[in-house]
This record gives sequence, C-alpha cells and structure tokens, in this order.
Amino acid sequence: MKKRFGGPAICLDRNDINTDEIIPAKYLTENSKEALKPFMLEDLNLEGFDCASEKMRNAKVIVTRANFGCGSSREHAVWVFEVNGINMVIAESFARIFRQNMFNCGLLAVELKKAEIDQIFDLCGDLEVEVDGTELKVRGNGRELSFSFELNRFDHDLVKAGGWLQYANRKYS
Amino acid sequence: MGKTIARKIFEAHTRDTPTPENVVLDLDVVMCHEITTPIAINDLIARGLDRVFDPTKIKVVIDHVTPSKDSKTATQAKILRDWARRQNIRDFFDVGSNGVCHALFPEKGFVRPGYTVIMGDSHTCTHGAFGAFAAGVGTTDLEVGILKGVCSFRIPETLRVNLTGTLADGVYAKDVILKIIKELTVSGATDKVMEFRGPVVDAMSMESRMTLCNMAIEAGGTCGICLPDRVTAEYLWPFIGSDYPTIDDAVADFARWHSDADAEYSGEFNLDVSDLVPQVTYGFKPDEVKDVTEMEGTPVDQIYMGSCTNGRIEDLREAARLLKGRKLAEGVRGILSPATPKVYNEALAEGIIQDFLAAGFCVTNPTCGACLGMSNGVLAAGEVCASTTNRNFNGRMGKGGMVHLMSPLTAAATAVKGYITDPRPLLD
Repeated sequence: MKKRFGGPAICLDRNDINTDEIIPAKYLTENSKEALKPFMLEDLNLEGFDCASEKMRNAKVIVTRANFGCGSSREHAVWVFEVNGINMVIAESFARIFRQNMFNCGLLAVELKKAEIDQIFDLCGDLEVEVDGTELKVRGNGRELSFSFELNRFDHDLVKAGGWLQYANRKYS
Repeated sequence: MGKTIARKIFEAHTRDTPTPENVVLDLDVVMCHEITTPIAINDLIARGLDRVFDPTKIKVVIDHVTPSKDSKTATQAKILRDWARRQNIRDFFDVGSNGVCHALFPEKGFVRPGYTVIMGDSHTCTHGAFGAFAAGVGTTDLEVGILKGVCSFRIPETLRVNLTGTLADGVYAKDVILKIIKELTVSGATDKVMEFRGPVVDAMSMESRMTLCNMAIEAGGTCGICLPDRVTAEYLWPFIGSDYPTIDDAVADFARWHSDADAEYSGEFNLDVSDLVPQVTYGFKPDEVKDVTEMEGTPVDQIYMGSCTNGRIEDLREAARLLKGRKLAEGVRGILSPATPKVYNEALAEGIIQDFLAAGFCVTNPTCGACLGMSNGVLAAGEVCASTTNRNFNGRMGKGGMVHLMSPLTAAATAVKGYITDPRPLLD
C-alpha cells in the first residue's frame, strides 16, 4: 500500500461535512464518474477554502474532523475524490455509508483520535502524508509526526482486492 | 443475554463473517432508482457481469426526476427501464405508476418483518418501520447486491429509543424525530440501529412509524426499526392474507422477531413526548432544531409538502385539516407532491387535493423533485422554504436557498401565514 496512498494533503477544518457539500445533488444526473470531476466540494462554504484552488487540485489526501461524509448514500462523493486523484481521507470519524463507500472503491478512510487530528491540523499548510502499512508520516510546517492507524482485516482485504465488487465476485457464488 | 431484533435478523441472514466485526448478509430485497443504479448497471455491463441474482427480489422505480426533465435524466431513466426489461424484473414502476420509492414500495407490500433490504438511497432506513433491517448503501454495495444478493455490514450496536407519554394534538412523528435528532446530534447514532420503542410507537400508524424511521439516518443511524405488531400485520394484510389463516396468526408469527426482554443495547435514549411542541430546523444541519415558538415570524417564500418523510395520505390529511377554507399568504407559493399515485388518488377521493388547489397550491405528480433540488420547486439563492422533507443541508433544495424542516401541519400553518408559526392555535 506504500505507493498507492498518501501525497499532498488539504485540511478541511469542520465537523459534519456532508455529501451534498462534497457533490451537490444536481450533478447526480451524470452517468460517468469522470463527468463529476469539476464539481468537487463545490458547495462547501469554509473560511479560506476555495474548491478551485491549485492546492485543492493537487491534493491527494483530505484531513478533516468528525462525521465526514454524512447525509446521502451517493457514492458520487467518493468518485468525485477518486477522479480528482484523492486516495485517502483522514478524519476523527466518518458517516457509515461514506466510509463503506471509500473501502468499497479500494480507497482508504483512516480514523485517528481527536488529539491526533488536532496535531495534524497544527501542521496544515504545505502538508504531506506518507503511508506505509498502517503507519502514517505527516510532514508540514517543517515538522514531522508519525501515527499508526487501525485497519481491520476485512477493510484491508477490500483495499487489496481493489474494492468490494472484486472481492465479492471472487468469494460469493 | 437476549437478542435485539436487528441481531435476530442478522443471524437469520448471515452468509459469511469475514471478521468478528464484519458480516455479509443475504438480502431479501434490493431496491433501485434511476439516480444511483445506472452507473452500477453500466459497470456490470463493462465487466461482462450483466445479470441479477434474483429478478423477483429486485424492485425498481424511476422517482427522483420523473417524468424526465432533460436528456441526462431521460438517459438515466432509459438505462433503468431497458435493464428492468432485459433482466425480467417485473416490479418496475415507470411514469404513470411511479412514486417516491420509500412511500411506494411499502404500499406494494415488498417489505416484511425480518427482511434485509438495501437501496442506493440513504432514506432506505424508512422500511425498518416494518420490523426489517433496511439500510442505505452506495452504488458498489448496490451493484454487488444486484449481482450476488449480499451486502456487508459492520455488526451494528443498537440504541434503544424509548418514547413515552402521549402526543398532543398538532404534534406528530416528525416532531418526535426532529427532537430526537436534536438531542442525539447528526452523528449520535452512527453505526447504530435505532430501535424505537414504547407506547408512543405502539400507538402510531405505519405511516407515522415510517416518518420516524425515515430520519434515523439524519442522526447517523444505520437503520430505524420498530417491532412488528398488529398495526404492521393490518397494513400488510392484503399481501400476507394467503400466508396466515388470521391476522392474529400473523401477529403471533411476527413476535419471533421481537427483541428479547434481556436484549443488550449500547445505550438508551428516553423521551416523554407529552410536553413536546411542534419542532422546526433553523440551520444547515438536521440537529439544529428549535421549538416552533422560537421560530415564530420567520418569513418564507415557498412551502413544499411531500417526500419519503411526509408525502403520505396521513400527512396530507393533517395538512388539509388546517388548509381547508384557507388561502396561501400573499407572495408565498405552495407545492404539493403526493408521494405515490395511491396517495394522490386517495387525496382526490377525500377532497384533499381540492383543498390544496383552493388554497392556491400547485399539485405535482409523485416525485422526489425539489426535496434534493432536482426539479419541481428548486429554490433561488436567498429564498426560504418551509418543507416537510428530511434534509436542510446548505444548497439542498437549490444553491443559496434555506430549508426549514417541519411537520405537514406546521408547514400548512406557515403557508397560510407566510411565516413560520405554531399551527396549534389555528386548529379548530
């Protein structure tokens, strides 16, 4: 998993960022994932955040607070990240469906304790995340922090298989 | 230690337990609509896996934008329509017979106590009202459900929600669930089943129980669930009459799903509803809720009556109680979207549609429409809507718009006054 995950990160400093903010419902009439690409986080009103910024365009990782991805079941909220090159979200907690959608697509949804997320937010700016197994290295503001996260066997296997469809198609008749 | 209803359903449907925390369930019903299913269908075709596990267990409706409003939504509808035909899915509801999925499918008797149900729609938790485990899922889960008839879940804990007391006139299941979400917050029930218990639930109709379960997801809940009883059996009787000699037998059989007296819960939440007043949301999160009296006088531009939360006949009846003989306030527009053709027909027969029309409402066909800002009443920036729907997220009904969630009766009172108001003084 070393190469597939991590990269430049962007910090979204709010709890309860919902799926409508990640991808508004009016774009759910698209029938391809690629078509969602320009609309990532379009309705997120957050001080200092610009969904069209270069920093957002270059981000591979999102760091955020609690209950990320609440609301709708739309997997479009994961696909819009996927087609924009985002491979993992690090948060204090996730809404159930969003979290499951991430792993179902073979992407990482990493939960850290609030105090750890606070530490990462202190480094926000030119943040870079490196993943090695279940170890995270986070660099920013000239400092480096290390964290380990839990990944249960099933979620690990989903990521390894490339997603739930690949996993289930092999395993269940 | 005894078992909860959710635990019993899980045990009866376990296909696989990849870890002690994860379970793969066999599914009784997979529901599909035109927003989240077409990409699953296209992906299955691309992978050479264009088949379904059991066409009789797949229920399909075009409901979010119907009749189609443009080429894109027409394409979504066509993909679903062609697929249903190709896969011999008989329970497919198209223009003329379609309605909001979580109102339509219960009417058809598709959900029974003890069932496992998924749909690519977060408000699938509605069907827990029938004593089923019903959960919203993403498109990949839906795709695997269609193909294999299974879905994975982390084994959820159950939060027992005890509702005691008696609801006052003018206070409804919608007010109860808004109050619960306010207290639990939008993440208070994440990864949990919300089991609604107590005399208040026992006394509720199936319609009210569906309203209650519908918004479990707004507290983060995996599913809302009610214990199936005589009310459930009577609602389902047209569909289960040949399975049981009498309703009593059905009620007795349903009891096997009931949570045991010594079942284990992760927590309890108690609410005495006797003093509850109508509830209204004020912000962009469904836990931002106040008593209607604190919101008194907030001006609105539009009233929206409908959706999987409150577009059923009982909701329309309660709104019509207040609307009959009254008019929309000047400058306020009203939209009624009966949730299904059956609701529409009943409302016509009872003179309810006429009451809405006389009050100045526009009556649309059954559709999800404006609830998620898709069609039939999208807000402009700066506009305010009093809505009987379930989400008040920023931009939900249109970019820059503001949504206040409330019961149909409070929405009706707001319609005639032009500002948010307590409906109770207006009741005869």
